[in-house]
Amino acid sequence: MIRALRLVQRNAMVFRRIWAGAIFVSFLQPAFYLASMGLGVGSLIDRGGAVLPGNVPYVAFLAPGLLAGTCMQMASFESSFPITGKMVWERNYEAITSAPMRIVDIVVGELAWVALRLLAVALVFTGVMWLFGAARTPLVLLAIPAAVLTGLAFSAPIIAYAATLKTGANFNALFRFVISPLFLFSGVFFPVSQLPGPLQTAAAFTPLFHGVELTRGLALQTLTWPAFAVHTAYLSGLLTLGTAAAVWTFTRKLRA
Amino acid sequence: MPSAAGPLVLARNLRKTFSSFTAVDGIDFEVRPGEAFGFLGPNGAGKTSTMKMIACASPVTGGELRVFGMDPGTEASTIKARLGVVPQADNLDLELTVRENLLMYARYFDIPSQTARQRTEELLAFVQLGERGGSRVEPLSGGMKRRLTIARALINEPDLILLDEPTTGLDPQARHLIWERLYRLKKNGATLLLTTHYMDEAEQLCDRLIVMDKGRIVAEGSPRELIERYVTREVLELRLADTDGDVLKERLASLATHVEILPERIQLHADDGEQVLERIHALGLPVERALVRRATLEDVFLRLTGRTLVD
Repeated sequence: MIRALRLVQRNAMVFRRIWAGAIFVSFLQPAFYLASMGLGVGSLIDRGGAVLPGNVPYVAFLAPGLLAGTCMQMASFESSFPITGKMVWERNYEAITSAPMRIVDIVVGELAWVALRLLAVALVFTGVMWLFGAARTPLVLLAIPAAVLTGLAFSAPIIAYAATLKTGANFNALFRFVISPLFLFSGVFFPVSQLPGPLQTAAAFTPLFHGVELTRGLALQTLTWPAFAVHTAYLSGLLTLGTAAAVWTFTRKLRA
Repeated sequence: MPSAAGPLVLARNLRKTFSSFTAVDGIDFEVRPGEAFGFLGPNGAGKTSTMKMIACASPVTGGELRVFGMDPGTEASTIKARLGVVPQADNLDLELTVRENLLMYARYFDIPSQTARQRTEELLAFVQLGERGGSRVEPLSGGMKRRLTIARALINEPDLILLDEPTTGLDPQARHLIWERLYRLKKNGATLLLTTHYMDEAEQLCDRLIVMDKGRIVAEGSPRELIERYVTREVLELRLADTDGDVLKERLASLATHVEILPERIQLHADDGEQVLERIHALGLPVERALVRRATLEDVFLRLTGRTLVD
C-alpha cells in the first residue's frame, strides 16, 4: 500500500499551488453557516423552547451536523470531476498504470487523498465550532473521524461512478438530485423526527443520516453503543462496497 | 530471468479479441535485445492492441506472450518496472510543470529522489527541454510534449522502450528531431519497439519489422529485405490521359515485373524505371506525368494487401 501514497504525493504536488485558498474557503463556509443559521435562526429556535437532543442550544446541535454535511459535499466534489478528468480528459491514470502502479494503489491513493483533505477541513471546522461556542469539551474532537468516515462513504462510490463517465454532465444531476436533498433532509438542520413518518423512514436509509447521527452523537456525547455500531457499520460498509466497485470500474476502463 | 541472448518479447499465436471484434489474430514474433523492431500497418491493423498487451495494459485473449521471459498477466509490476511506454496520445500531467512531470513519474518507480533529480535534468537536456523545466505543460507545442513524453518513458532507464506511433500528428521538423533522438537511443544500445503507419519512419528507425494487416502478419524482415523480396528496386509512377484500366493493364503487363492500377496513377515495378519509361514513350501512350523513384515499404504494403498504408 506504500504505492498508494505516491498518488497522494501527486495530488499534493498539484494542491500545493492552491492550498492557501482552499484552507481559507474551508474556514469561511462553516463560519458563514454557523453565523447565519446557528446564531441567527438559532436565537429564534432557542427562544421558542425547542428541546434538542442533549438539551443543547441550536448552534451546538447544528454544528456537528453541518460538519458531516460539509464533509459529504467536499468528498463528493473531490471524487467527481477530478477523477473523470484523470481517467478520460487527461488520461493520467493510463500514464500512472504504465509505471508499476496497480489499480488498487490508485483507488486507495485517491481515497487517502480525500481523507487527508477531509481531515484538514474537519479540523478547521472544529476550530470554527469552538469560536462559536458550539464545542464545549475536547471530546468534540471525536466528531472529526466520524465526519471523515462520512465523507469517505460518499467518496468511494462516487469515484467508482466517475470512472465510468465520459463527460461531467451527469455530475450536475448527482449534485442537484442526490447530494443537495441529502444535505437538506438528513438531519443536518433539524432532527429527522420532525419529518412526516414515511420521509423519516426514508431518511433513516440514507448515508448522510448515519453520518450526521454519528458525528453529532460523538460531538454531543449523546450516542449509545448500539447506535454507534449501526452508523459505523453502515458507513464502513458503503466505503468498502464503493472501493470494490471503484477497483472494478477502474479495471474495466484501464485494462480493456 | 531470461538468458542474455533470449528475446525481450516473445509472442506465439498471440490473439486479442473484443467481444465480436478480432484485433490481433494469432501473430508470432520475437524482439531481441538491442534491436529496433517495428510494427507497420494501417490504422486498425492491431498494432496498438499488440503494444498494449506487451505493456501489461490489456489482457491477452489467447496464445502466449512473454516479456523479459515473464507473463504479463501475473508479473505486470515487475515487467512494467523495466519498460518505458510512449503512448499514442500524450498523457502528461497538465497540472504539473515539465520538470515535475518527470520527478513525479520517477516516484511511481520508487526511484530515490536524488537519482530522480539527476536523471530529470539529464533527460530534459537530452530531449532539448532544459530551458522549459519550470514551465507548464499545456502551452508546449505538440513536438515538445512528445519529447517530454519520451523523456518520461526513459526515467526508469528501461530495458525496452515501447513507442506507439511516436510522430503521428507532428510537423516534419518535429518528426525529424524525434527520429534523431530515437536514433541516438538506438545507437546507445536501447531496444526499441515501435508502431507506425509511416513507411519513412519504419525505414529510418527499424532494423526489423513486421507488416500487419487486419490483425495478422503479412510480411516480416528488414526494410531492405522486404523491398527486395516483394518489390523491385525502382517504381515508375505514371499518369496517363487515357485511363481505361483493363486495356492499359494488358498493354503494360509485359513491360514491368508488376503493374498496379490506382485511381489516380499507375505504378510499374521494375529494376530500371527509366528504361520502362522509354519503352512506354516508344509505344506512344499519352503520358501526362512520369516519375521514377526508389521502391519503399509503402509499395511492399500495397503489393501485399492491395491497399495504401495511409488512406
